[in-house]
Amino acid sequence: MRPFQFVRADDAATAVQTVTANPKAKFLAGGTNLVDLMKLGVERPDLLVDLTRLPFDSVDVEADGTVRIGTNVRNSDLAAHPAVRNGLPLLSQALLAGASGQLRNMATVGGNLLQRTRCVYFQDVTKPCNKRQPGSGCPARQGDHRNLAILGASEACIATHPSDMAVALAALDARVAVSGPDGDRETPLAELHALPGEHPEQETTLRHGELITGIAVPPLAYAERSAYRKVRDRASYAFAVASVAAALDVEDGVVRDVRLAFGAVAPKPWRAHAAEDALRGRPATAASFRAAAEAELAAAEPLRDNAFKVPLITNVVVRTLSDLAGETS
Amino acid sequence: MQLHVNGRLHELALDNRTTLLDALREHLGLTGSKKGCDHGQCGACTVLVDGRRINSCLALAVTLDGVEIRTIEGLSDDGALHPVQQAFLDRDGFQCGYCTPGQICSAVGMLDEFDQGWPSAVTTGGQPAALDAGEVRERMSGNLCRCGAYMNIVPAILDVADAAAGRSSA
Amino acid sequence: MTQTDVRAVGSGLGRIEGPAKVTGQAKYATEQDDVQDVAYVWPVPATIAKGTIRRIDDAPIRAMAQVLAVLTPDNAPHLQPAEDGELAVLQSRTVSYRGQFVAAVVAQTLEIAREAAERLQVEYDVEPHDVELTQDHPTLYKPDQVNPSFPTDTEQGDVDEALGAAANLVDHTYTTPALHNNPMEPHATLASWDGDELTLYDSNQGAYSAQQTLAKLFGLDPAVVHVVSQHVGGGFGSKGTPRANAVLAVMAARMVRRPVKLALHRHHMFAVVGYRTPTIQRIRLGADAEGRLSAISHDVVEQTSTVMEFAEQTALATRIMYAAPHRRTTHRLARLDIPTPRWMRAPGECPGMYALESAMDELAIECGLDPIELRIRNEPERDPESGKPWSSRSLVECLREGAQLFGWGDRDPRPGTRSDGDWLVGTGVAASTYPAYASPSTATARAAADGRFVVRIAAADIGTGARTALTQIAADALRVSTDFVRVEIGDSAFGQASLAGGSMGTASWGWAVTKACTELREKVERNGEVPVDGIEVQAETSAEIEARSGYKYQGFGAQFAEARVNIDTGEVRVPRLLGMFGVGRIINPRTARSQFIGGMTMGLSMALHEEGVLDLAFGDYVNHDLAEYHIAACADVTDIEAHWLDEHDERVNPMGSKGIGEIGIVGTAAAVANAVHHATAVRIRDLPIRLDKLLGRLPG
Repeated sequence: MRPFQFVRADDAATAVQTVTANPKAKFLAGGTNLVDLMKLGVERPDLLVDLTRLPFDSVDVEADGTVRIGTNVRNSDLAAHPAVRNGLPLLSQALLAGASGQLRNMATVGGNLLQRTRCVYFQDVTKPCNKRQPGSGCPARQGDHRNLAILGASEACIATHPSDMAVALAALDARVAVSGPDGDRETPLAELHALPGEHPEQETTLRHGELITGIAVPPLAYAERSAYRKVRDRASYAFAVASVAAALDVEDGVVRDVRLAFGAVAPKPWRAHAAEDALRGRPATAASFRAAAEAELAAAEPLRDNAFKVPLITNVVVRTLSDLAGETS
Repeated sequence: MQLHVNGRLHELALDNRTTLLDALREHLGLTGSKKGCDHGQCGACTVLVDGRRINSCLALAVTLDGVEIRTIEGLSDDGALHPVQQAFLDRDGFQCGYCTPGQICSAVGMLDEFDQGWPSAVTTGGQPAALDAGEVRERMSGNLCRCGAYMNIVPAILDVADAAAGRSSA
Repeated sequence: MTQTDVRAVGSGLGRIEGPAKVTGQAKYATEQDDVQDVAYVWPVPATIAKGTIRRIDDAPIRAMAQVLAVLTPDNAPHLQPAEDGELAVLQSRTVSYRGQFVAAVVAQTLEIAREAAERLQVEYDVEPHDVELTQDHPTLYKPDQVNPSFPTDTEQGDVDEALGAAANLVDHTYTTPALHNNPMEPHATLASWDGDELTLYDSNQGAYSAQQTLAKLFGLDPAVVHVVSQHVGGGFGSKGTPRANAVLAVMAARMVRRPVKLALHRHHMFAVVGYRTPTIQRIRLGADAEGRLSAISHDVVEQTSTVMEFAEQTALATRIMYAAPHRRTTHRLARLDIPTPRWMRAPGECPGMYALESAMDELAIECGLDPIELRIRNEPERDPESGKPWSSRSLVECLREGAQLFGWGDRDPRPGTRSDGDWLVGTGVAASTYPAYASPSTATARAAADGRFVVRIAAADIGTGARTALTQIAADALRVSTDFVRVEIGDSAFGQASLAGGSMGTASWGWAVTKACTELREKVERNGEVPVDGIEVQAETSAEIEARSGYKYQGFGAQFAEARVNIDTGEVRVPRLLGMFGVGRIINPRTARSQFIGGMTMGLSMALHEEGVLDLAFGDYVNHDLAEYHIAACADVTDIEAHWLDEHDERVNPMGSKGIGEIGIVGTAAAVANAVHHATAVRIRDLPIRLDKLLGRLPG
C-alpha cells in the first residue's frame, strides 16, 4: 500500500472541495472494498477523506412513500430497517445475500454502489487489465472468465459489477443523490454505472469529487411482492454467479407490471427492460416468463466458460416470477 | 492518535496505512485477533467496534479514534470466561485455534444482532422466536474454519443462545 | 506416587490448550511478545512463469526510509544443497514458476516492508512456459518411486486379458483439480539470532525436522538452531517441512542483525507452500456377472515442477482395497513450469479414492448390485498387494453399521427419481482407508518429588489434539491422573520425533511416551520414592518400530452422503454426511470426533468447491485468495456425523490406535459424487461438482 494523507470530513461541502482539489484523493466510507484494493495496489490514493462521521446515516420514508437512504447507512442496518424489510423485500434480501455479517456492518450504501469488479485480472497489478491500465489488454477473454459478463461487455472488458444491493435498487428505479463542486444533483441509478465500451476505466458517470450522499427509492405499489434470488457456488459468503431481482404485479392471471434486474452477468446492475416489455400484458405463466428471459438474453455474448449463465438466469427468472405469481394469486 | 481497546486508552503514533488488526497485533501486543487473509475474506480478525462485529483487517486504525474496541482478550471478565468462550470449550468448537478468537467475537456480535431482531438471508416469515441451527450457520458464515469445526461451533453458539433464553438444549 | 486405576485413554479430556485458545492467549509463531526490536520481511514473487532475472533495481528501494535490507540472489547467503529444491531460496537467477520468491525486503514496519516489496522493479528474460497438465503430455515420465517410497507401478496377472473377458466393465477417466491446503494461519516464522545461536518461532508440523533441515541448509550445527512451535494454526501437510518463509526469515535476521517476522500473505500460499497436484486418473474395473472383480487397473497422470520431483501416490489405495487376480497401477508425471505440488491431507489416498470409489459405484450400477454389497463381495482376506494378513480390517463392518445408522436399507437404487420441492435428492456411499504408520520418536519423562510428571517430546499440535492425547497416554503409562502430568511439545530441543503427518503423530509419539513413562514408573517403583532432584528417563522407539512387520496395518471406513441438487440452478447441497470408521482404539473420543468431522468437512469442500484455477497464459493459480478459492463455509455444513467401531488391534502399536487425521477426507468426495448421481443420474467425473456441470443435464 502506498502512503497517503488522511483527513476526516466534518461536512459534505468540505469533503467535496478537498477531493475536488486533489486528483489523487478518494473518499473513504466503510473501507471494505477501497482498503482491500489499496492493499492490492489497485487503488493508490494519496489522500483519503473519511466520510463516516458525516450525517448521512438515516433511512426516512417520505409522505409519498419514497424511501430516502443516507449514503452512510450500513448494509446491515438497511437490511434490518422495517421500511426496507417489510416494504422492499427484494432490497433487504439482496443486502442480506451479500458478503458476511462483519462486512455488512462496515459497508455503506454509497460504497456498495461504487465497489469494483472481482475480476481476478483487475485485482492483480502484475497482469494487464484495460480497466486498471487502459490499453494494456484483457487476459480474461482467454483466461478465467467463468464468473464474468455475458451482457453489456465489450472487446476491452468483460468485468461484472459485484453488488447484490445495486441489482435490487436497479429494479426499484432508485435515484442517486450526488453532491459535487457544482452543487447537488440527482441521477437515476440506471445512469450511475457506465458500460465499458472502449473505456472500461470509466466505470461511473460521477465526476471526480462528486459524492454520493444518498439513495431515493420511489414508491412501487407492488414492491411487497418482490424477491431477490442469488445463485452462488458456496451456500453463503460468496459473490453471485448470477442473481435476479424481481417484482411482479399480476391481475387476473395477466402481468400488469413487472420489474426485473440481473446481477453478476454484466458490468453494471442489469435492468432487464426487454424482458419487462415482453411480459407486460402477457399471461403470468412459466412460458411467458421463459420467453421474457430469452428476449433479454438474446443479446447475450457468452464466452467459453460462462455460457451456463444464459440458462441459469433464464431458469431463475422463471422460478422467481412463478413463485411471485403464485403468491399474488 | 488514541485507540480505546478493552476499556483501556492507548496513545499511538501509527502509519495511516496501519489497519486496526495490525495496530492490535504489532503495536499493542494483542495478538488474539488473527490474520488469516488480510482482505476480509476469512473472519479470523473479527473484533467488536462499539459492540458490532467487523473485520479489523479492513478498518484503518486512524478512522477509529474515539470508538470502543473489544477484542478476544477483553471478552473474559476478571478471568471468568465469556459464555461463548466456555461453550466453545464445552463443544470442542475448534481445533488449531487460529480462527477461534474471530469466531467467538463474531458469535458475540451475532447474538446481539439477533436480539435486536435483525434478519438474515435465511429468515423467512418474520423473525424466528429463537435462533436455530440454520440461522446460526448463515449468520456465522463470515468466519471460515479450515479444520472443519463448524459442526461443533454451531451447537456451542446455540447453547449460549438457549441458556440466555432460559432453555436447555440437547 | 498417587496411583490411579482410572484410565485416561478413552476419556474425552478437553483440550489442554483450550482455555488459551479461546481467550486469545495462545501464542502462534510470530506472536512472541518477549522478542523485542523486530523488523518485518515481505517477499517479492516472480511475475513470470519461466526465465531468468536480468536485473533487480534495488537501489531506490534501499534508499527508502526505514528499509533495512533488500535480499536478492546477488546478496543472499549461500546455502548448502538440499534435497528439497524449494528451499534453495534466492540461490540462482532462474525463475521456475510464477510466484517463486525472487527477492525480499526487510523494513522497520510491516507497512513499509510491503510497500517496498511492491515497488521493487525486477526485469526478466522471459522464456516460453508450459503449465498445462494433459493426459498425453509429451514430457510424461515414470518416476523412480512415488511419495514417499512406494513402487511407481505394480502389476499382477494379465489385466488386459481379464478386462477383455469381463462380463461387466467400467472404463472411465476421473480428474481432480489442484487443491490448496490453506491452513487458517499462513506460514510464518519469527527468526532471532543471538550471537551464533538461532531461535525460530515457526509454524510447522515438526520442530525437530525443521531444525535438522534448516541447520543443514545454513551449514550450522543443529545444536545452535532452536525451533519452537507451541501453537500451529493448521497445516494439512503444507507445514510438514520448512518452506521458503523460514529460509528467508533466517537470512533476513542475519542480514539486519535483529529479529525479523515473516508471515506469508494468503496470495503467496498459492505458489510457495505446496498444494495437491491435479490428477487425471483412468480406472478400469472388470467383474463377472455376480460383481466379483477380475481386474483392477488404475493409471494416474499428475504433475511435478522443474524445481524438484514430487510424485503423489495416487493409486496407492487401489493396491489394497479389493480382491482381484489381475491388477495394475501406474503413475506418470509431467514436469511443468508450475509450483511444486506437495503433501495435502491424505496425499494419494484422497484423490485416488475419489476415482476408485466413483468407479466402484459405476460398477455396482453396471452389475445391478447395491454398492455396499459390491464392496462386500470383493473384500480381500489379505492385503492383495503384499499377501500379508491385516493387523485388522473392518471395512465390511463399517459399511454395514454405517448403512444402518444412515438409513441406507430401504434405498431405491434408481437414479434421478426422487425430489423434494425444487430439489433432486439422492444418497451415496464410498469406502475410506488410510495406512497406520509409525515413525521412531524420542520422549523424555521426568518425575518430580512432589508427585508431578513432565513429559517432553517434539510433537506438534496443529489442531489434532496431540498435546491432550499424549497427556492421556502418559497418565495411563504412569498410572496417575492426567492432573499430575504436563506434556510439553513443539520444541526441537526435545529430540527426534515424527512429524504431525501421515496420520502417525499420536501413534509415533504415543509409542515413545508410553515407553518413557512405563520405564519411569518402573524406575520410581524400584526406587520407592522420587529424590528431590527428580528422576528422568528417555526412551526411543526405533527398535520397536523396526520390529513391526508381518502384517498390513491399515484403517478403514465407510462414508455416506445425502445430496440435493436444485432443478433450476444445479446448486448442490449436502445436508448429511455420516462416517463410520474402524481405526483401532480411540484415545480421546472428543478430539477424535472433531478430527473425523474436520476431515469430512474438508472432503465436502473438495467435492463441491475447491479448485485452483490455472491461467495458461500467466502460469499461476489466479483465484489466489479466500474469496475466489472457496473452502466450505459454515452454511455449507448441515449435519456431519462420525462414528467408530470398537476395533481392537494389539498388533499395530502399544496403544492399539490407528491414525485418524486423514481418513476422514478419504472417500468423502466419492460419496458426494455418488449421491449426486443417485439424485440426478448425472455422473460427475471432474471435481469439483459445481452447478455449471449439472445445469442442462438434469432430469426434467
